[in-house]
Amino acid sequence: MSPARLELVGLRKSFGATEVLADISLSVQPGEFVSILGPSGAGKSTILQLLTGATRLDSGRMLLDGTPLSSAQHRFAFMPQGDALMPWRRIIDNTTLGLEVQGMSRKAARAKVEPLFAEFGLAGFERYYPAQLSGGMRQRAALLRTVVQQRPMLLLDEPFGALDALTRAQMQRWLADMWTRHRWTVLLITHDVREAVLLSDRIYVLSSRPAHVVHRFPVPIDHPRQGASAALSAIEAEILTTLLHPED
Amino acid sequence: MPNAPFYPRVFARAFSHAGPAFVSVAAVILGWEAYVQLSGISPTALPAPSRIITQGFEQREALARHTLATLQATTLGFACSLTAAFLFSVLIDFFQPLRRALFPVFIITQTLPLVAIAPLVVLWFGFGLTPKIVLVALVTFFPMLVALAQGYEATNRDIAALLASMGASRWRIFLMARMPSALPYFFAGLRISVTYAVVGAIFAEYAGAARGLGIYILNAKNNFRPDLVLAAVFVSAALTLLLFSASVLVQRAAMPWARLAEQRR
Repeated sequence: MSPARLELVGLRKSFGATEVLADISLSVQPGEFVSILGPSGAGKSTILQLLTGATRLDSGRMLLDGTPLSSAQHRFAFMPQGDALMPWRRIIDNTTLGLEVQGMSRKAARAKVEPLFAEFGLAGFERYYPAQLSGGMRQRAALLRTVVQQRPMLLLDEPFGALDALTRAQMQRWLADMWTRHRWTVLLITHDVREAVLLSDRIYVLSSRPAHVVHRFPVPIDHPRQGASAALSAIEAEILTTLLHPED
Repeated sequence: MPNAPFYPRVFARAFSHAGPAFVSVAAVILGWEAYVQLSGISPTALPAPSRIITQGFEQREALARHTLATLQATTLGFACSLTAAFLFSVLIDFFQPLRRALFPVFIITQTLPLVAIAPLVVLWFGFGLTPKIVLVALVTFFPMLVALAQGYEATNRDIAALLASMGASRWRIFLMARMPSALPYFFAGLRISVTYAVVGAIFAEYAGAARGLGIYILNAKNNFRPDLVLAAVFVSAALTLLLFSASVLVQRAAMPWARLAEQRR
């Protein structure tokens, strides 16, 4: 059997006296969409900080395609909470940011990103500044900035948390649709159960702090899932029960 | 595109911005003029605005020469100060212990009374351009440094984390995120400092100089010509306003996105 794209084994992390991650083990297969669901403040974002090298783990192992991750490697395309678009850069120059950091010239990076604007619903807005765009468009630009880096895996940290409910629902459907076409390998952090169920192949539910995995839910429903709302609702209800009554 | 009504609208908006200020300034000047005319107060005590304007106009060549000297000292001193403030802000941003070492020294320089320092600086550096540059730099350096240091700190954490996840070096993060984030703070500091800069130059000249508005004011005072003192004061006020407006224009050109954000609100 080929190794998992990402394998986390027994991650532990404390900040000072506060134990944040008690024992996190999970795996993501290539082309799989996996969500981590947990109460706010549970340390979900800390897992991403460990992966992006922003902080170091106390113990445990992190393997990417079977090889240990060192913190100096930047193998993930990370999308932070909020869109983190630079207000002083035009949308096109925001989306090329990762390519520029990798050393590509601005011109070459633009040429590479430009053809993707239509698919991300941003055609015609290349020269706009982020302040001129709606929240949904800004999130699409942030996702475009994430995927063009062509890293082996995407890390999404509550990408739609700051949007209003209607825009969030639209963006979730849009992301499900985009994922069905591209089959990126994704690790999504969220506290929105419906979002996790709509998008994921598998869901890990975390306990509150110090976090460990309390449950794993497969979502065995083919994409696109627009027609399968009854089956999705059943899984959603089951996960909600787990979250609200963790002792049962 | 509705091009035709564009210009009148711009003028209307400019007037609605500048109109109230224009009215209040005009009211002060008219009140002053009326008081001098009606009270019959001696022009050597309080000259009327009309007298200040006519006497100033007669002295226009001398005034222009001295104004140019002050403008030169202000811009040169300010340029030195900006360069130094920027270099130190970068050093401090990369080596935090330097901040604790240097800030007390800089704060002490801000507590020195200009009246006492200006003659000393002239004593050390002579009557030329140097003492003016030193004094202008002394009053503007620290506000600019604080503005820049605060601006770097205002960088959005998500943006910094994003760049780090992409593999950007610390210097790269500074250039791509921290410096642009500091721009609004930099320009706020610039608008305030540029007004200090003119005052600093005039102080240096007042303590002794070959040319400049400061020495012109001193000579006019010694010749019992308050009208010419005030004419020079008006010119220096105009100079300050000019530099202030210039910094606003530079800010607009340098930060086109900021006005777009305002329009949406």
